[in-house]
Amino acid sequence: MWLYIGKRLISGVITIWFIATATFAGMHMVPGDPLLNDKAVTPEIRANLERAYGLDKPVFQQYLLFLKNMSQGDFGISFTQQNRRVNDIIAEHFPVSAMLGVLALLFAAGGGILWGALTALNRDRMPDHLIMFMVIICVSVPSFVFAALGQLAILRLNNLLGVSVLPVAGWGTFSHMIVPALVLGLGTMAYLTRLMRSSMLEVADTDYIRTARAKGLTPARIFFRHQLRNAILPVVTVLGPAIAAITTGGFVVELVFAIPGLGRYFVQAVQQLDYTVIMGTTVFYGAFLVLMVIAVDIVYGFVDPRIQVSKSVG
Amino acid sequence: MNSYTPTAADFEPLQEGIDAEQIHRPSVSYWQDVWRRLKKNRRASVSLYIVIGLMLFTLAGPLIWQVDPALQDLEQISQAPNTGRWALVIADDAPLPEITSRRLATPALIPEDRAPQNFRLTGSANSEGVNLAWDAVPGATGYQLFRHELEPRDADDLGLPLVRLLSTQLSYRDRLGLETRQYYYSAVAVFAEGESRNYSTIPVSVTQALLLSEARYRGLVAEDATDAEAIGSKVRLESHPLGTDYLGRDMLARLMWGARTSLFIGIIAPLLYVSIGLVYGGLAGYSGGRTDDVMMRFADFVIALPFLLFMILFKIAFGLGPGESGIGPLLLALVILSWPATARLVRGQVLQIREEAYIAAARMMGASAPYLVLRHMLPNLMGVLLVSLTFAIPTAIFIEAFLSFIGMGVVPPTPSWGSMCNDGIRTMLSHPHELMFPAMMISITVLAFNLLGDGLRDAMDARMRSDG
Repeated sequence: MWLYIGKRLISGVITIWFIATATFAGMHMVPGDPLLNDKAVTPEIRANLERAYGLDKPVFQQYLLFLKNMSQGDFGISFTQQNRRVNDIIAEHFPVSAMLGVLALLFAAGGGILWGALTALNRDRMPDHLIMFMVIICVSVPSFVFAALGQLAILRLNNLLGVSVLPVAGWGTFSHMIVPALVLGLGTMAYLTRLMRSSMLEVADTDYIRTARAKGLTPARIFFRHQLRNAILPVVTVLGPAIAAITTGGFVVELVFAIPGLGRYFVQAVQQLDYTVIMGTTVFYGAFLVLMVIAVDIVYGFVDPRIQVSKSVG
Repeated sequence: MNSYTPTAADFEPLQEGIDAEQIHRPSVSYWQDVWRRLKKNRRASVSLYIVIGLMLFTLAGPLIWQVDPALQDLEQISQAPNTGRWALVIADDAPLPEITSRRLATPALIPEDRAPQNFRLTGSANSEGVNLAWDAVPGATGYQLFRHELEPRDADDLGLPLVRLLSTQLSYRDRLGLETRQYYYSAVAVFAEGESRNYSTIPVSVTQALLLSEARYRGLVAEDATDAEAIGSKVRLESHPLGTDYLGRDMLARLMWGARTSLFIGIIAPLLYVSIGLVYGGLAGYSGGRTDDVMMRFADFVIALPFLLFMILFKIAFGLGPGESGIGPLLLALVILSWPATARLVRGQVLQIREEAYIAAARMMGASAPYLVLRHMLPNLMGVLLVSLTFAIPTAIFIEAFLSFIGMGVVPPTPSWGSMCNDGIRTMLSHPHELMFPAMMISITVLAFNLLGDGLRDAMDARMRSDG
């Protein structure tokens, strides 16, 4: 097991290096000048600025410096916000995105398991058709439409009740988070519902369920002890990609609901060609996702003792 | 159970010429069978019709509905769907009826904290202007006008502050983005201490009007009609079956041209990256061994890149010249980031097919490598490829819409469904049609391709072939 974790971590580090290199290469292909300003800049000031950001060195040295700083967890200083370190920007905005993401994930996983189990129990009956219809709608409608509709719904609700039950936009209290998290988790929830349904149906046909039924166990006990526990496993495996989908999907929700998260900040940085912020954010997100996928795989090994990850993968 | 009593006829020998053993379904090839089962799947065939309809809408639509999607009609901004609205032609130089109070000779006039009396409409209220007038309030230093779309509830709910006027001005013409609807105008007197809490409100229904010169320019008035004849006549404005957007551009035309952008990216990008994935994955799987390891490890790296961030990064990295639509960079970024999924799929399939007995047999009979690949491997891969292509199309459409929505996709003025949604979301509350139509187009397209993919997958599943 430890060998497996070690191997995964090493390949994870290589992956992060690849992400960093690709980011660096991409960033240096971008046309435009980050130091170009509205104000006239004298050649001396420009030279000083270039030195401060290390832009006067050859590209390869810049790359090495970038890798060295990054390996020490230092992403440099923002181009557009003077004297603001990228680390501080990430430290300030990432918790917001993470909070939103965790809530959305909880909602998506909980909802997906619940609805998936419900459809499987009512196979080919009304609840099944209804929920699967909703799932298809959720998969087909873009998230920004849901975000807009969510905002509209809050507005109508507040108008109807005459008091502000939920804030329309912004960030701060728990009530700010509910609707954005629901909207953010919706797509993933639909996907997990589908997965859970097919997994439940598959488990329902197995021998051990039939044995349990033959033993005379109560339906509730069969459902909770045997069917549900086994059916959840495939859902756990896709949690890694689901986290990725939710963290990056946060862009739109953050934009529509005016949430000061990292996604919104990234879009802003791209528009302003803020080199260091773009590179820092991308590498940070990439590393975060790689580690999440590894973590989910390791957790999976603990959740399902039948699977020996070290043998099957390593 | 029904009991069956055999009769003597049952024991007669069969007559010659009766083909009792005939198979009632003609023997068909695999693809014919897939097509037959796809047609039997109602959801999939409806989706297929929708996809064909979308293609027609995209390709033939602009030929039938020949409206320029970039044409801005400032007389018809944010109009709901209509079939040509009527407008009253009015004279160009409708003068502003200037009403001013006499200069207040005696400043010692005692201020009376009350709302402006006799707040009224002077002349007609139309989309070219609403003329308002009121009586002076003694002691007021000025007047503040408001406009609201709903009836004001109290002094804090008067709506949009239009203008603050001096005490000598007792009339005003409002021309600020007027729409043909009901407005509530409120007037408040301003004193040295600030605005009064008393207000007077009048409801005003604005009608559509068109200046004479504008009507002549558009050719809506007969050439030989004199000014006197033309003024007061009713003309019909251009019809907009799906309404107009915030710049008065025709929504139907924009949806059609936007469909070209969205479907172009949605179909070309998957075609490109599925082909690249096919070649890459095929090579890796066919070579096997160390080459396979290295190639697939590289594919794994590309998969690990955070997709949307790199999409944005690459899109700006590939640059954008002046006047470009941004479709090229978007396409390129999408292809670069998306091929590994197909490559993985194809490699898995090739590894499996390679071990099949019929490959060994063909090889034993001296088949060359190109023959093996083209005659045996490719046809067996087609099914998987077609299904993954069908599912890749809605994903690509989604990504285009998503990027255009956050302003990182297709550059305006090129219409795309995503950027239309982005425009529409700003006016969502007052003009929901601007968001609804493009959002519906995206949803229907994605839904149709998803259901078609489901149907195709089921139809190609050999395990389900036995059904009648």
